[in-house]
Amino acid sequence: MVEHGDVRVVHRGGSKINFREPVISNDSSFLLCASGDCVKVFSTATEECVHDLRGHSGLVTGVRLRPSNHLQVYSCSLDGTVRLWDFTDGILIKTYVIGYPIYSIYTSANHEGVIFIVTAKSDQGSELFQLVAVQLRQCAEQVVEAREFSAVLPDVTSKPAAIDFGRGGEYIASVKAQQLEVFFFKKQKSYRFFLREDNKKGGKNTFTCVVCHPKDDCIATGHEDGKIRLWRNFNQKKEYTYSTMHWHHGAVGSLCFTPEGTNLLSGGVESVLVQWRYNQESEKDFLPRLGAAITHIVVSPDGALFCTSHSDNKITIIQSCVKVSAVIQGLVNGDGVRTDLMVDPHSKAMVLNGKPGHLQFYSLQRDKLLYNLDIVQQEYIHEEGLQQFEVVKAAFTSSGDWLATVEERQQKAADLELNLKLWAFDEQTQSFVLNTTISAPHEARITAMCFCHAAGSQTTMLVSTSKDGHFKAWQLAEAAHTQDEGSSSSWSCDFVGSYHGLVPESCCFSADGSLLAVSFQEVVTVWSPSSWELLTTLSQPPGAIRHLCFGRLSCSKYLLGATDNSLLCCWNLLTCSLEWSTAMATSLLLVDPLSENIAAFCYQAGSTDLFVFKPNEPRPLFSQKAVCSGKVNRAVFAPREEMLESCEESSQWLNRSQLYFLTPYMDLMTFSTKAEEDKLMASSKQLVIDDSIAMTPFSLLLGKHRQQQENQDPLSVLSAERSPLPQGSAAIKELLQTPAHVLPSTSFLCSLFVQSLLISVTDSREEDKHVEEEMESDKENSDEEMESGTSRPEGGSVVDQYVHAADRPLTKAQIREVRRVKKLDQGWMSNILDT
Amino acid sequence: MGEFTVHRVRFFDHTPAAVRALAFHGGSERLALARADGAVELFNFNDNYFQEKVIPGQDGRTVEALCWVGQRLFAAGLNGEITEYDLENLKPSYTVEAYGGPVWTISANSQGSLLAAGCEDGTVKMFEILEKKIQFQRNLDRQKGRIVSLSWHPTGSLIAAGLMDMIRIFDAETGRATHRLLVDRGVGTSKSQEVVVWSVLFLSDQTIISGDSAGKVQIWDGHTGTLVRTHLVSKWDVLALAVSKEEDSVIAGTSEGTIIQFQFLSSTVAQQEKEWIRTRTFKNHSHDVRALVHTETAVVSGGMDTQLVVRPLLDKVEKNTMESSLRKIAFPHRSLVCCAKKAGLLLFQFPEHLELWRLGEGEGHGRAGDSLPVKRKPEKLIHLKRKGDDQICCSALSPCGGWMSYSTVSSVRLYRIQYDDNNISITKVSKLPKSLCSVHRLCFSPDSSKLFAASSHSSVVVVALNQSECKHLSTLKPKSGSRQPVHLLVASEDGKWLAAANTACEVHVYNLHTMKLHCTVPVFRSCPTAIGINPVTSNLVSVHADQQIFEFSLGQKEYTEWSRKLQKQGLHSLWLQRDTPVTHVTFNPRNPAHILLHDTFMFCIIDQSLPLPEAKSPLYNQMMLRSLPEAERVQHSHAFKISKNFQHLLCVSLLEDLSLVVVERPLLDIMSQLPAPVRQKKFAT
Repeated sequence: MVEHGDVRVVHRGGSKINFREPVISNDSSFLLCASGDCVKVFSTATEECVHDLRGHSGLVTGVRLRPSNHLQVYSCSLDGTVRLWDFTDGILIKTYVIGYPIYSIYTSANHEGVIFIVTAKSDQGSELFQLVAVQLRQCAEQVVEAREFSAVLPDVTSKPAAIDFGRGGEYIASVKAQQLEVFFFKKQKSYRFFLREDNKKGGKNTFTCVVCHPKDDCIATGHEDGKIRLWRNFNQKKEYTYSTMHWHHGAVGSLCFTPEGTNLLSGGVESVLVQWRYNQESEKDFLPRLGAAITHIVVSPDGALFCTSHSDNKITIIQSCVKVSAVIQGLVNGDGVRTDLMVDPHSKAMVLNGKPGHLQFYSLQRDKLLYNLDIVQQEYIHEEGLQQFEVVKAAFTSSGDWLATVEERQQKAADLELNLKLWAFDEQTQSFVLNTTISAPHEARITAMCFCHAAGSQTTMLVSTSKDGHFKAWQLAEAAHTQDEGSSSSWSCDFVGSYHGLVPESCCFSADGSLLAVSFQEVVTVWSPSSWELLTTLSQPPGAIRHLCFGRLSCSKYLLGATDNSLLCCWNLLTCSLEWSTAMATSLLLVDPLSENIAAFCYQAGSTDLFVFKPNEPRPLFSQKAVCSGKVNRAVFAPREEMLESCEESSQWLNRSQLYFLTPYMDLMTFSTKAEEDKLMASSKQLVIDDSIAMTPFSLLLGKHRQQQENQDPLSVLSAERSPLPQGSAAIKELLQTPAHVLPSTSFLCSLFVQSLLISVTDSREEDKHVEEEMESDKENSDEEMESGTSRPEGGSVVDQYVHAADRPLTKAQIREVRRVKKLDQGWMSNILDT
Repeated sequence: MGEFTVHRVRFFDHTPAAVRALAFHGGSERLALARADGAVELFNFNDNYFQEKVIPGQDGRTVEALCWVGQRLFAAGLNGEITEYDLENLKPSYTVEAYGGPVWTISANSQGSLLAAGCEDGTVKMFEILEKKIQFQRNLDRQKGRIVSLSWHPTGSLIAAGLMDMIRIFDAETGRATHRLLVDRGVGTSKSQEVVVWSVLFLSDQTIISGDSAGKVQIWDGHTGTLVRTHLVSKWDVLALAVSKEEDSVIAGTSEGTIIQFQFLSSTVAQQEKEWIRTRTFKNHSHDVRALVHTETAVVSGGMDTQLVVRPLLDKVEKNTMESSLRKIAFPHRSLVCCAKKAGLLLFQFPEHLELWRLGEGEGHGRAGDSLPVKRKPEKLIHLKRKGDDQICCSALSPCGGWMSYSTVSSVRLYRIQYDDNNISITKVSKLPKSLCSVHRLCFSPDSSKLFAASSHSSVVVVALNQSECKHLSTLKPKSGSRQPVHLLVASEDGKWLAAANTACEVHVYNLHTMKLHCTVPVFRSCPTAIGINPVTSNLVSVHADQQIFEFSLGQKEYTEWSRKLQKQGLHSLWLQRDTPVTHVTFNPRNPAHILLHDTFMFCIIDQSLPLPEAKSPLYNQMMLRSLPEAERVQHSHAFKISKNFQHLLCVSLLEDLSLVVVERPLLDIMSQLPAPVRQKKFAT
């Protein structure tokens, strides 16, 4: 990406987590997967992202545990480096500079200090790959040059599933096209086995993946036609043998042996996880309905957890092949996004096509899928060539109370099925509820749809334009008869407009909702929504207008339009004349809802340029050439949670909102400023926490809450400082460390223990009242009460500390409390031991 | 290639019987195959899997098991008898009643001294194998339930028997049962049903492998009598098992038509410890696999779908050789059709009866490839049922259509057929010379005046036929003194020569004028599969099982120039790769240079006047030639003109009016007559 001042294009959020197979840590508590330029560490229990291991400057292409230290992990990247991380703390330990793009990485416990990487053959183009062993030197520096290569296999594929180490790392198996190659390290000899290109029945014999049995000399290979072959006796050229298992009807996507080798797992497009008994292949178990095609399968080292990556950017964690225990869902990258990118005003989540027939709500701040909204509400059939309903358009009102969606299915050119659905936001469930379904709202495909953005207006209005030459206005109408309690109001058509039988292409409401602009090929018509009167027409022939938008705030008198013969026009609506126009092949025109800024993506010579400008200013605020190759068709301004204070002029446009866009390869990119990145790096360094607890947002939240409490109340500050955990108490320690046979019965201990916690009532009634008052006030925060409750046994030290710290006047109640605590005796434990 | 009017005959309902048992003799590489109708066939695996001999069956004598002892072949069946076959005269030499009810299985020990027979009444009967006969020796401990399978330990001291629900191990010395291995019944519905141990194998390391009706292949430790491993391989029965000679591979045949291979492999490369692991699955049958043989290089299987399949193990054979291709033997390697060239009649031979058909007539002319309208439909004239229990082993129809003859193991019958307009009368010739008995091959002379019958010790009996009587003329005997049966008999058109080929690969030519042996063609290593005498040049053309072609001049008593040239240049590799033998050689009387031959999948005219095909030029070039302009055709054409228009050919014959009779028997028709196979779930149905 081209650097421009301090603004650069980065991957942030929404990158693929199914790109390479994930890694499960030895204790099964963490799951590591390559995601864009970083490695993400997820907690397997809570599905939360614990760390981002940032540091690579290219796409991460592989993650492997370091065999000699199970708390460290290697990652490789197209930037030509292999990095060693401590993934529990998220610290970069070492960087090995290889110098060539690395496509995958392998490690073996038998090969100490050696990693195996796949690189392109430097001499013969980039289509050929080789597997090389890299000797990693032991040295203290952070950045190490690793240049001691030795070639292992000269011709491999870059797919990581095509290579695997055999039993104890004695040999390595690699598949390519119709060839299986086994290389024995001891003998330094390789054997090649070929399959026929096609067998008679037309099945494809091409290898898709390979995996070696951990204990036996058996290699399992998956094939294009769905067969799994188990190869044996492959240490000789001729007498090798294989058995075939066939369940999958599509290509085998991934194979994996369980750590003891008792089971073989396989998966493919059927989205069924199949578990084969090793040596008892007729018995198999299935875990069906995993949602999408399986691309990778990984088993935790203790065999308890299975983990499958799916083609819809999802990782499923399965407990012992029976129960799906967790789902880590990334941004669903379908074949194409047909809706615009939008931001849900309520959840601030980005909204776009997700699973088939769904809209996904993806939180960009947390890089997490919030939920999927089922729009089509029909069973999706996993079959190729079947035309099914697809969500093609969606729009939110500015308040986020209404969502309009359009779904369509076109089986033949003639019959188009079209549904317009309107969804109301339900405060209670914090989700959208279907309000109105309008089947066949137009006779032809809907080209554009927008809500009236007026903040103050009473009525909500939706305008849709269609290829049938009409635009329709839809309005929320109160139901006529009030007896019907369930649905009080529904949407109905308010107005149908057309202009000389031309096809409307786009529509747009002005910021205050008083004007509606609809473009009919090269003519822009401006309507008044209140009276449906055609106010004026603007045109700038030749060239049909593709994008239309009103200016905002101080620029609201301007109307901008982009034509398909690369002209960007700006009309002044007060004078109804062209203010300016410029030649620009605009592929997308976007208004920032929080400022006057307008972003225009221009497609030129195979790449897209970005211009950010204000309609009333002659110079663009920001421009960057070649933000990505290919045409950008989808982008969105996402409002920031906190306003950024940037002084640089070129990055000021990013202060209020962030600009995200989708590249043609379905990568979600954004613009990031230097200040922002510094801040991110700083915040990631702070997160050093106790090893014993996985750091999750929940634990952070709890910690934050505690901190607040500490600041609030001196008493609770003390208690928090004193004993963060009840285990810390000396009495309990004593209890726990005493041999069990010396202790009296539990029932006896329990009553004594509970008594010791009770507050002895020896004071007068007056005091009692105070205590009660105090209790009441404490009840406001039950957490706090728990804290202080558990900490009371250590009363002695509390008071000491408190007395030392007390140099400001105490309230009466506080003094009394201190006194009472002082009286509390911790000798209950020693009493028991004495008796 | 020339144009012919073709009678495309598809009304020969030849349906082979299901394969019941297989036995392989390793030393001579011969496979014995028993069919459900009791016929036994012998295949020579050294000679391109040629079907050398056929021993016809007998009503009421089915064969359940076959066993080689040295060069002797024994069979046992559900009629409770054990039969030894006379392989020279192609008939049973004697039978011994076992007195134990139906015999399910027989097995000989590796020393060849004892033959064990498993009987319905639960006894294993031991027979001592003597020089000329077998003699009952003793019974082993009697069991409840029938003995279905038997297997000797290679040392001959132990014998394993498969029963209902169990396997028993006997001490062969004492006759006591030493172990009882209980076999689990199938799960689900068949719980109440007894499980049948269809097949059992006793390996030299005391491992016992069993296949049963619950679809399991189980591996047992014979020392302790414990189950080592169970492989569930089928939902239906495992019917047959076979082990390789090295005991490193076992194959199991199932009712689903699959054959599953198990191999004795070490789990890790360096280790000695090995275990039986299921490896490959072959599916070459549509129905039950009833019998299996594991040869050194191939899996040989046969079953309900009547085909014999030789599936080479690709790890044991060289790739892309003759041995590495799959072979399916579906049709007999001898002719079951006899064509009367002058009368336009066809005689079809079935084991039970004979059918005589008159060919239909077409009318008009058409271009190549057209089908002409039928003026007269083909007509079945005679359906002749055989007499007696023995099946028909050979038959013949005279070229004029006036004589018909067939032979069984025991007797020969000759019929006179007379046609008066629409009436057909058939009369049996009552008095036949005594010398006509035990005939392997029948043939009429071209003028229908003589009947030649191949009898024992390669001799040929010549019988003169006329209206009133038939008279024994002479018995022709070869000088070699071979005892092998004659399987091919052919007389020359001019009535001078008679050629007889026997399974010892000898071809003897007799002069019928002098009734003397004229000469013996030099013996070739491969058995002749078809011979013919050129009516014009009197050259004997012989085609052999290894697809070689020889032309021998009877006048000069030497190979002709063309034959030498052919041998020098060698035959085209594609010609040699064909996997069915040529079963018929005839000549075109108009053009003596044309030799017509056919095998199951092609029909070929060899034009001796054209150059032989080069090794690199395409062999099957008829289609290509047709697309070329006239001038270039000569340049590209070669001696072998092959047509693949007709498939599954049983007979190709040239009638006197130069129209071609092609008898086809499509495999699909045979398949449609078979019973339905076991139900199998097919994907996406």
